[in-house]
Amino acid sequence: MAELPKISIYWASSCGGCEISVVNLNEKILDVAANFNLFFCPCLLDTKKTDIEALPDKDILITFFNGSIKNEDNAEMAHLLRKKSQLLIAFGSCSSEGCIPGLSNLHSLDDQMNAIYLDNLTTINPDRIIPRHETIVPEGALTIPAIYDRVRTLSEIVEVDYYIPGCPPEPHQIWNVIDHVIKQRPLPERGSVIGAGRSTVCDECSRKKGNKSIKKFYRTYEIVPEPETCLLEQGLICMGIATRDGCGGLCPKVNMPCTGCYGTPEGVLDQGAKMAAALGSILDIGDVKGLTDDEINKRIDDIINEIPDFAGMFYKYSLCSSILKGKVI
Amino acid sequence: MNKITIEPITRLEGHGKIEIFLDEKGNVANTYFQVPELRGFEQFCVGRLAEDMPVITNRICGVCPEAHHMASVKALDDLFGVVPPPAAVKIRELIYMAFYVTDHTTHFYALGGPDFIIGPEAPPAERNILGVIKKVGLDIAKQVIDCRARNHHILELLGGRGIHLVAGVPGGWSRAVSVDERRQIEDIARKNIDFALFTLKIFSDIVLKNSAYLDLITSDIYLHKTYYMGTVDDKNRVNFYDGLVRVVDPEGKEFVKYHPKEYASHIAEHVEPWTYLKFPYLKNIGWKGFEDGINSGVYCATPLSRLNVSDGMATQLAQEHYEQFYETLGSKKINGRYQPVHYRLATHWARLVELLYAAEHMLELAIDPEITSDHIRNIPKEIKGVGIGSVEAPRGTLTHHYISDTRGVLTKINLIVGTTNNYAPMSMSIKRAAQKFIYNGQIVTEGLLNKIEMAFRLYDPCLSCATHTLPGKMPMEVTIRDKDCNIIRTLARD
Ligand code: SF4
Ligand code: SF4
Ligand code: SF4
Repeated sequence: MAELPKISIYWASSCGGCEISVVNLNEKILDVAANFNLFFCPCLLDTKKTDIEALPDKDILITFFNGSIKNEDNAEMAHLLRKKSQLLIAFGSCSSEGCIPGLSNLHSLDDQMNAIYLDNLTTINPDRIIPRHETIVPEGALTIPAIYDRVRTLSEIVEVDYYIPGCPPEPHQIWNVIDHVIKQRPLPERGSVIGAGRSTVCDECSRKKGNKSIKKFYRTYEIVPEPETCLLEQGLICMGIATRDGCGGLCPKVNMPCTGCYGTPEGVLDQGAKMAAALGSILDIGDVKGLTDDEINKRIDDIINEIPDFAGMFYKYSLCSSILKGKVI
Repeated sequence: MNKITIEPITRLEGHGKIEIFLDEKGNVANTYFQVPELRGFEQFCVGRLAEDMPVITNRICGVCPEAHHMASVKALDDLFGVVPPPAAVKIRELIYMAFYVTDHTTHFYALGGPDFIIGPEAPPAERNILGVIKKVGLDIAKQVIDCRARNHHILELLGGRGIHLVAGVPGGWSRAVSVDERRQIEDIARKNIDFALFTLKIFSDIVLKNSAYLDLITSDIYLHKTYYMGTVDDKNRVNFYDGLVRVVDPEGKEFVKYHPKEYASHIAEHVEPWTYLKFPYLKNIGWKGFEDGINSGVYCATPLSRLNVSDGMATQLAQEHYEQFYETLGSKKINGRYQPVHYRLATHWARLVELLYAAEHMLELAIDPEITSDHIRNIPKEIKGVGIGSVEAPRGTLTHHYISDTRGVLTKINLIVGTTNNYAPMSMSIKRAAQKFIYNGQIVTEGLLNKIEMAFRLYDPCLSCATHTLPGKMPMEVTIRDKDCNIIRTLARD
């Protein structure tokens, strides 16, 4: 029997949810095991980094790389796995676009350290110690990797062949990709998003859509939405309109707005900008006849001010890869 | 000095690194368990909408997002001054039990279990989930998969997603349970009970009936006498979702019992420069370093701890296994309570007792007629500006603390995360194991290294959680250095 093609699943700076989503393939995991040699997966297997280094270049068929790049170790593994893999797939929101932990790019590393080690409600740190790259202890020197000043996506470090979006990617979509590979179907153009659709979550959301026109925004804790109508039309900021389809419209099914975890729809560069533009076109500011520009702007501002966290709402997952990158406030 | 490095620590959720320094005679001088990552939630949650926190803090950990989601939503109940309707509380608890069943199952069969099921001396290539399947058979593997699948189905059905739930709102839950669904859930809960009993049987057959394993559990290698922490109900029984936090001393005497809102009067955190993770300790005893005993503020918060702080389990079968656990491990009853078990490897067994409790309690909730009520939300009327919520995460007591402005925009947050509670005890267990297995310069073999790894794996450390404070994973490296600090051996894993 020919040797099974190797695959690897690596986590850089990640929460582990991407791995769990793979495990949630459930019985299909056995199909994966039958078709591939899962060679490297630190959360489940004891294979070592040195085992990877010993492989010939491009010996791994596919690496599913989840998590963002937050320190030297993450970057080193990205380079190593790039070299040893034929296909490197940015798996999940963190490696594709930075995800929620990428919101830390809104703050300097010093501020982050300060919030954790110094100005913190339970920390007692009279000597004002902050962890550092190298520490001399009585027995010798200890090192930990320095943390980068900002979160980077995988494609900022190495060339990426494909992107699988989602935080985490939904198991049925992971399976679509794996099944595609098992059946040796041709893959789309390099650099494409796979394991997702090409339009928006609205397309797969079962809620009734009418004329979108919003007089007032509500925060999710303020109202109990009616169960069948589009949430955006009810004044909840639903990112579905600016988010790629693929999940199956999950959040609106439980009466919660989409927060945007599948990233930008096909052809859209910036999720937040897309959302702002979409909202701009459906804001109902009433009859503006006879109003001055200032008065009109004030009406718009009044509605927009009901959203006190623009960055966290519009760029919850995509801040790192947005055109804004860093501070937006 | 000689230095041994183990990196990465595999099969724990996160990255990690162990450094072992040897003295002139080749004995262990000291060990350091380093957590090399950090993610910064404490800072970037500032400026976020309070009600977004259940969704944001999910991403601290994809292994136990449900625990963060629940602690977060409880903190929001508090911050918005709203009490959820009884049905919402029951739905939250039901989901939480389903989560416990899948989480404890995953740990036993995929993460910590391989050490026992395959055996600590087996080659690393076999000590994993695939090895487990080989050993216990594909049928059992399919049962494990089924168990995870049916419970993740509940998470997705009622929580919106299988991973990273979205349905938690201040004052309730966004999705009700229909009458049909209730029947389906009842059926699942019954299957879970059978599965938990079956798993306890496997544990008994493979581990308890094997005297070599039992000796390993009860040897002093993995023994530590520390304080223990866990949440208990009004009858001092184990509770995962709500109650008071009870701390007992190494003799089993209650040291303190407090409302989670008072956590900051009882827990403090210590900083070391060589690791990004902080070390929580009992504030009223103080940080005395990595020490066992009644005078050291080090405490442990694990399945074993929860059993040790409690007077029993709230469900019948789990209570029977609880008693069997203490009787088998030779604990005496004093004033009606079992003395704490200090063998840390017994944590694996304690986890299975909890698995059974979660399954039984899930059934209780599933057959409760109120669970199908459609009154699942109370709309908040105020923003109090401070909210504290806590639950028992599988890996320890988890606390979320938020402070907001009058618009409900966060100005400060603090988190004491499950695994973090156990950072000092984990470090101590690693040192103890290293001292036992490395002496007089004897070169360490793989199996011995794995026994050192077992010392932390038994805590089921989830270092993505622990490193919520910046990026989040940890492979492992052990470096052994001689007295002059030259590296004599590096054992790396990732
Ligand atoms: S994409 Fe989401 S699930 Fe995956 S590692 Fe990042 S935060 Fe976790
Ligand atoms: S905006 Fe949201 S609720 Fe409305 S159709 Fe789109 S996804 Fe569904
Ligand atoms: S609805 Fe939006 S946030 Fe929810 S899973 Fe789908 S893409 Fe992600």
